[in-house]
Amino acid sequence: MKQINFFDTPKIDQVGIDDRISRITARSIKKEAKVKGLYMILNMIDLTTLEGADTEDKVKHICYKAMHLHDEYPDLPTTAAVCVYPNFVKTAVTELKGSGVKVASVATAFPSGQADTQTKLADVKEAVDNGADEVDMVISRGKYHSGDYDFVFNEIATIKAAIGKARLKVILETGELGNLDNIRRASDIAMYAGADFIKTSTGKIKPAATLPVILVMMEAVRDYYYNTGRMVGIKPAGGISNAKLALQYLLLLKETLGGKWLNNTYFRFGASSLANDVLMQIVKQKTGNYQSKDYFSKD
Amino acid sequence: MKTKVDIDYSSDWPLAPAPESMSHINLKEKYDLFINGKFVKPKSGKYFDTFNPANEKLLAKVALGDADDVDIAVKAARKAYTNVWSKLSGKERGKYIFRLARIIQERAREFSVIESLDGGKAIRESRDIDIPLVSAHFFYNAGWADKLDYAFPNRKPKSLGVVGQIIPWNFPLLMASWKIAPALAAGNTVVIKAANTTPLTLYKLAEAVKDAGIPDGVVNVVSGRGSVVGMAIVNHPDVNKIAFTGSTGVGKIIMNAIAGTGKKATMELGGKAANIIFEDAALDQAVEGVINGIFFNQGHVCCAGSRLYVQESVYDVVLRKLKGRMQSLIIGDPLDKNTDIGAINSKDQLNTINEYIKIGLKEGAEIYQPECTLPKKGYWCKPTLFTHVAQSNRIVQEEIFGPVLAIQTFRTIDEVIEKANNTPYGLSAGVWTDKGSKIFNMTSQLRAGVIWANTFNKFDPASPFGGYKESGFGREGGIHGLEPYLKFD
Amino acid sequence: MSRIAILKTYKIYIGGKFPRTESGRFYQPKFDNKALANMCLSSRKDFRNAVVAARKAQGGWAHKSAYNRSQILYRIAEVLEGRKAQFVAELALQGSTEALAKEEVNLSIDRLIYYAGWCDKYIQMYSTVNPVSGSYFNFSVPEPTGIVAAFAPEKSGLLGLVTQICSIIAGGNTCVILASESKPLCAITFAEVLATSDVPGGVINILTGNRAELLTHFGSHMDVNAVLYCGADKNDIKTLQELAVESMKRTRIREDGDYFDAKHENPYYIFDFQETKTTWHPIEQIAGAGSGY
Repeated sequence: MKQINFFDTPKIDQVGIDDRISRITARSIKKEAKVKGLYMILNMIDLTTLEGADTEDKVKHICYKAMHLHDEYPDLPTTAAVCVYPNFVKTAVTELKGSGVKVASVATAFPSGQADTQTKLADVKEAVDNGADEVDMVISRGKYHSGDYDFVFNEIATIKAAIGKARLKVILETGELGNLDNIRRASDIAMYAGADFIKTSTGKIKPAATLPVILVMMEAVRDYYYNTGRMVGIKPAGGISNAKLALQYLLLLKETLGGKWLNNTYFRFGASSLANDVLMQIVKQKTGNYQSKDYFSKD
Repeated sequence: MKTKVDIDYSSDWPLAPAPESMSHINLKEKYDLFINGKFVKPKSGKYFDTFNPANEKLLAKVALGDADDVDIAVKAARKAYTNVWSKLSGKERGKYIFRLARIIQERAREFSVIESLDGGKAIRESRDIDIPLVSAHFFYNAGWADKLDYAFPNRKPKSLGVVGQIIPWNFPLLMASWKIAPALAAGNTVVIKAANTTPLTLYKLAEAVKDAGIPDGVVNVVSGRGSVVGMAIVNHPDVNKIAFTGSTGVGKIIMNAIAGTGKKATMELGGKAANIIFEDAALDQAVEGVINGIFFNQGHVCCAGSRLYVQESVYDVVLRKLKGRMQSLIIGDPLDKNTDIGAINSKDQLNTINEYIKIGLKEGAEIYQPECTLPKKGYWCKPTLFTHVAQSNRIVQEEIFGPVLAIQTFRTIDEVIEKANNTPYGLSAGVWTDKGSKIFNMTSQLRAGVIWANTFNKFDPASPFGGYKESGFGREGGIHGLEPYLKFD
Repeated sequence: MSRIAILKTYKIYIGGKFPRTESGRFYQPKFDNKALANMCLSSRKDFRNAVVAARKAQGGWAHKSAYNRSQILYRIAEVLEGRKAQFVAELALQGSTEALAKEEVNLSIDRLIYYAGWCDKYIQMYSTVNPVSGSYFNFSVPEPTGIVAAFAPEKSGLLGLVTQICSIIAGGNTCVILASESKPLCAITFAEVLATSDVPGGVINILTGNRAELLTHFGSHMDVNAVLYCGADKNDIKTLQELAVESMKRTRIREDGDYFDAKHENPYYIFDFQETKTTWHPIEQIAGAGSGY
């Protein structure tokens, strides 16, 4: 492939992006469209626990939750995946066996990414060797800001080469990139380096995912698709805790990338508390009554 | 663009209907003229029908006024001017206008729904753009009423007297606010003619004027045929000023009629705006701007960006994105909150647009319309683009006033400036580039009254609006918009 | 033996040159029944040629720096100052007293300087930054209307003419102006001043001739952007305003009276031939108050 000059990526007009988002947030998603959307959201969630305080038990609990979102409604889907640190991958694989729920693992010195490539490779290897289906790596933001786009590109490509069949999600940590132009450029670097997914955030930095950020990433994915014919997935992570906002993400996805992206092969939500809000909305739609958090298990 | 792949915007996740609630919408069966603070029957005793263009259903009957009614209205306006309005202090005048602004805000939902019912525009636009701007215009101008001396230092501004105003059907209430608000702030009284296909909200505004306690005769609303009621206003000897928004053709008839009479005039006429995309633009936002530029209000917009010029190096990608975005637009019931493009305002206008589409095809242009099903009843037109057009084509030269975009390419700045200015119109223009110095070059070279750089179709009461050349003269909005309603020493 | 004086030939002024009228026609303005000179009786084609010259000059004139335009107006005043005597003599020939003639010339010089001073200021007076809602920078500036076709005041042969010319060109317009029919001498001598100042050819074009003959052509020329009529003839005004409609020319009416009055020193005369252009541009909103894109 022709060398891409990442110093010359397409420009983004932030006010124009906001304008477009205001069209999405003004939309009204009601009735059967809402219910269907809510089911899709559940099925797109990477149920996530990434705490220093995580334990085997905690991981087991969220694995159970991923498979049994709300047992009173047996037609509910499972989440798309469970997302944990590499040392919990084995546990998650065991717990989720046969459920179809994927195991995703953050790696590459998550969340800062401040380590040499060899350390990162070791980290990734642990995750994959333990059976992770998906690897969520972070880019080197320091190198990015110093303009060493080749380094960022090569690092992603190296990781991609090391993970075999596992799918690679590349976390841009958009909250550290400074503006939308950088988010566009980082998206391009990640995709051309081989990312299967581009993901906004670690969840450790604010702001995390926002609609404007995701729109910029979707437009990058669309241009990449136009250029190469390869579909890259998108994962907003962090900051999406209510169903209404999640529905707006889906609508933005539908209007930007179309129906082929509307599934968990190409779209994920990285979230820990979104699932319960979505469940409350589903139960509200079915019973007509507004719900209380106390009736939905935390994990 | 190395591949031929396209995005498929169809999905098995359609949005459910989300109709705006019709509760608390008060529509009478019949609307009488509003003269001297009262709703009065027209002298002729006749009424005309106003329809919902989205389903062709009758909405209400509206008074068919004539010259006699206009005369009564002008007399009422003169009396109100002499006896009441011109004697009020600017401060008190301003308070009345503030009151009106507030009432419009309070009744915004009702006004929005009626605007969409009567005109076919998407509720998203009447709710988020038209009606909020209407009250904003009254708010903005209200504050000027007691500050005119600061607006025109050393000129001793004075009101004109009775002003006659004629508004178009595309933004009925918004255009009424653009006209009534500065006229009242400047101390004039008003006789205003409602648009023929969309008269209802102006009569709703008359109700609000009454509710605001604005003295009788300060605002008078008449409706009827342009050739009768409109011309009666224009020709009335006791009208001091004419403010008109509408086609250049009618504007010329009016200007001819008032030649030599000493009447002041403001003309806000047609347009054929160039929207120019350079290769270094933020292309996705530019495409969104093109969409807003031409499909806003079904293209029934005098400043619509109806001529798109794309730098040749990015033509393919822009076209691909534009077509994709058009596929994702939702066309249908104007009262559905998710509708992007509503109904064409009238059967006549639909015929005009369809005629131009035929002309475009005959001129050899290539047409693109997204796949979508249009409602069976009502007046509808798919968003349309024409490629392979020439500057000399009629669809490039003439104002279509519908959702029809003509696309041409260019290579250099020189070339595109020449093409953009190559029109008798000069209302608005758009430029898309990420380079600052190029923006200022373009915005200073383009001969148009409003230039949108890296945006399009934005409006604000503080922002002067109006054209160069055959797009008219005088400004509406901002400090500049007061001047046409004043005389000076 | 007394010397035989050389009589001056008054030509017209188009594109910085002094052609005779293409029509070959002349007329003789008179005072006290005495013919003053042979003046060109300009034709429709002379007017057309003048408009072509004015159009050619317009872009360059409008895009000169305001400072530079100001200096050029000032330069006209300087050159006029040096030729005062000739103007006083011509005004006297046309019926003025010497005292009034002197005052008229002095005021003409002062008026040029007055408008010279406005060139780089009126834009500041009339421009606004408009506080719109939403994240946009929005500003309005005046721009020249383009070509102004003007009928100079009939009664004020020099000062009336100069007032119109300098208020038109100070704002970046170019003009074609028809001099007073009965008092045309100073207009052409003023053209000689212009030709030796630094005014680019075509910015000011001066015709002599008959107002009635040229009226409809001034009103109907499609490449004229505005018409200025100094006078009060109702039929003339109506005709001009009707003709102006076809290309939506701006029409302005000024008096044909006393141009000695200080009210003619007035920046709003400049704004009479300005269009307001409003420009919008987004303002990026990042950082600061934690927009967090």
